[in-house]
Amino acid sequence: MQHRIPVETLGKEGEVMAHAIEACVHCGFCLPTCPTYLVLQEEMDSPRGRIFLMKEVLEGNLDLEEALPYLDRCLACQACVTACPSGVPYGELIATFRLHTEKERHRYPLERAYRLGLLRTLPYPERFRPLLELGVRFKPLLKPLPLPKPLKAPLALLPDRLPEKEFHQEVYPAKGERRARVGILLGCAQQVLRPSINRATIRVLRENGVEVWVAQEQVCCGALNLHAGDKKGAKRLARQNMLVFRDVDFVVTNAAGCGSGMKEYPLLFLGEPEEEEAKALAAKVKDFTVILDELGFIPPPPPKKPLRVAYHDACHLAHAQGVREPPRRLLKAAGVEVLEPREWEICCGSAGTYNLFQPEIAEVLGRRKAENLKATEPDLVVTGNIGCLTQIRAYLDQGIPVLHTAELLELLYEGKDSVD
Amino acid sequence: MGFLEELRALFPPGRLLTKEAELAPYESDALTAYRKRPLAVVLPERKEEVVEAVRLCYRHGVPFVARGSGTSLSGGSLPVEGGLVIALNRMNRILRLDPKARIAVVEPGVVNLEVSRQAAPFGLYYAPDPSSQPISTIGGNVAFNSGGAHCLKYGMTAGHVLALEVVTPQGEVVRLGGEGLESVGPDLHGFFVGTEGLLGVALEITLRLLPKPEAYHTLLAAYESLEAAGNAVSQVIRSGLLPGAMEIMDRLAIEAAEAAVKAGYPRVEALLIVELEGPKEEVEEEAKLLAQVIKESRALEVRIAQSEAQRQAIWKGRKAAFSAVGRLSPDYIVQDGVVPRSRLGEALKEIGRLSQEYGLRVANVFHAGDGNLHPLVLYDGKKPGELERAEELAGEILKLCVRLGGSLTGEHGIGVEKKEYMPKMFAPEDLLAMERVKEALDSKGLANRGKVLPGHGQGPHLGEVHA
Repeated sequence: MQHRIPVETLGKEGEVMAHAIEACVHCGFCLPTCPTYLVLQEEMDSPRGRIFLMKEVLEGNLDLEEALPYLDRCLACQACVTACPSGVPYGELIATFRLHTEKERHRYPLERAYRLGLLRTLPYPERFRPLLELGVRFKPLLKPLPLPKPLKAPLALLPDRLPEKEFHQEVYPAKGERRARVGILLGCAQQVLRPSINRATIRVLRENGVEVWVAQEQVCCGALNLHAGDKKGAKRLARQNMLVFRDVDFVVTNAAGCGSGMKEYPLLFLGEPEEEEAKALAAKVKDFTVILDELGFIPPPPPKKPLRVAYHDACHLAHAQGVREPPRRLLKAAGVEVLEPREWEICCGSAGTYNLFQPEIAEVLGRRKAENLKATEPDLVVTGNIGCLTQIRAYLDQGIPVLHTAELLELLYEGKDSVD
Repeated sequence: MGFLEELRALFPPGRLLTKEAELAPYESDALTAYRKRPLAVVLPERKEEVVEAVRLCYRHGVPFVARGSGTSLSGGSLPVEGGLVIALNRMNRILRLDPKARIAVVEPGVVNLEVSRQAAPFGLYYAPDPSSQPISTIGGNVAFNSGGAHCLKYGMTAGHVLALEVVTPQGEVVRLGGEGLESVGPDLHGFFVGTEGLLGVALEITLRLLPKPEAYHTLLAAYESLEAAGNAVSQVIRSGLLPGAMEIMDRLAIEAAEAAVKAGYPRVEALLIVELEGPKEEVEEEAKLLAQVIKESRALEVRIAQSEAQRQAIWKGRKAAFSAVGRLSPDYIVQDGVVPRSRLGEALKEIGRLSQEYGLRVANVFHAGDGNLHPLVLYDGKKPGELERAEELAGEILKLCVRLGGSLTGEHGIGVEKKEYMPKMFAPEDLLAMERVKEALDSKGLANRGKVLPGHGQGPHLGEVHA
């Protein structure tokens, strides 16, 4: 699309955004894969509609506040990036636009407090855990109350009890001959909500001859802040991780959102001295399924009875990182039957904190996803992201377990049949 | 009451869009060189609401444009300045699917591919397959009589519409055609198909479904020149075969498609895709004959899809080719002309010559089987004068098509983009006749005002796609 964005005055961020807008030919191939378009069926809530709106705002033709309701509804799932024949880097566009405009936008005091509260607790396990403990304790009391949606939504996602805190040693040696040495990113909410994912990932890596280093000074990847437009917070976290992981060969991630978040570090430092370092780190980030697939996976013994597993593609793995085949290859090598649900490309509605900020759409998407997964008649559902896991758990029949890919593989290495 | 107040009485908030941020994304379809700000957009959910909206427009003399997914490459769903856009996307229900009668009754906002998806459990599908089929709606396909790769064997949309319920621009609701394959009297529903929204809005469409072919045989052949690929097409036809599809892509289009979807195409001057389909035995027999013909055509390399995944990969590259050209050039014009199949070689040669003369790259992707060319003229809108040169070149190609005995459009329609070229193809008497038909049904000239007929409303000149 032609545009009149004053790139000269907007700096490097302007260049990134203008480049994406130029690449869009408005063909509409993105429409059927956009979750909000699917639900709302209106142009403003489609990727090409949002590109148009961002263009108008950047050109100065449209008031930012008018465009925001539609831009805020974007899950940044990047399904449109997978679908786009013209190669529009939509993920970069929306992330940069959000960083770029956060300062100018108006937020109501309550909304501001809610957002700030989330951004100041979620990324920090030492703050998030006590808050969650409180929530879990009072959940039975709060649940029947007629609370406003933004408070009701997180409550629905809360587990009934919190798992024990997991302590990690600094180095986990490889089993057998060492084939690689990696640093692992533990993630923030994941450590509190489901520490078993990290434990399982470390176990699976070791079984495959990988030495795992758990840096104690690591922090949250900052994706939450980045996608909420909190540039300062995101940069602070990114800087720390860039320092911590400077000397490792690979940074292994096991949450799709963290992996793609770290790969987006260069966006935070556009035109700044740290841009190169951010790029260098981003290039080292790999999902644990990718590194195992590249090394040559040493599979666990197959399950004793056939296991039907529906694989849910996390958007930030499938769309943002382009990782679809490695986890499937691993699961197949492990001897389970991999089932493919309809609408694999459509987001489950979790999308970071989306289910907290846009609970209505998130709920529609959550139900739709659960239905599609259930239709495959699986023994269990597997996915590569804690957010999806929590969201799907909330909407899927309780009889169907939902596991992280690493958790299932760990069970198989242990020779366990049952997944309950 | 004024027009807007009456609209407000008809549509609840959220389904009547009037704010700037709500209207802006509806300003263009897939031809972004044209932009028009409508007065309002309505999102009807039932056909009665469409009828009411059209009647209201008629009473107030407000022009309106019905719109599906806005994928028109000729500006067919461009709004009228200050007019109403009736966006039919929420009318996306398949009302009835009768596998025994092999029909589907659908609302206009149903996406083309969704019909086949819903029909698949019954072993049926909807044949017309424009490249936009994952997005474009049946309503839009009806308005433009859309074609697609497989229309070589099965014909265009018109051959697959059995009946229509239509609201005329004056608000009258009529039913045309019937569920049977034969009906009494003139083929009025056939007449409505392809009129680009000038004669009203389709409310319900009865489609013919076909049994899914039992077997496919998809062949990819590489050639050292476009002409050699074009000749191969003639040889296939001469051999008596009627493939489901025959498509050609040239080097530029191959490059673009590869960059977009990594289809695994060989990098050559021209690629020919031939797909045979039908009962297994028949396809097997035909495949032998096809192999013979392709061998004689001196193909550099021949590949045959060994699995459905490989077949899909071949088609994915072809169907993504238009938008993918956005990766090669900041701007381009998609053209859509037709030449008699026998003159394909001649046309391609002349297009190559024109490309050199104008100093602009032209990528070719086309339905070779029915002579439907899609030259894509690549240019850079930032370079002064290049857009004008590109438009002139695109115009020369259209004139060439008409001169060779073909047509201005195969499937993208006239829209706003090509209406000024209508007199190249039609005599003044023909155009007058068209205008009279339009006037008889739309005395106020409200339905899709400014499209198709030259001199109706002031559209800009020949359009372009900006990448």
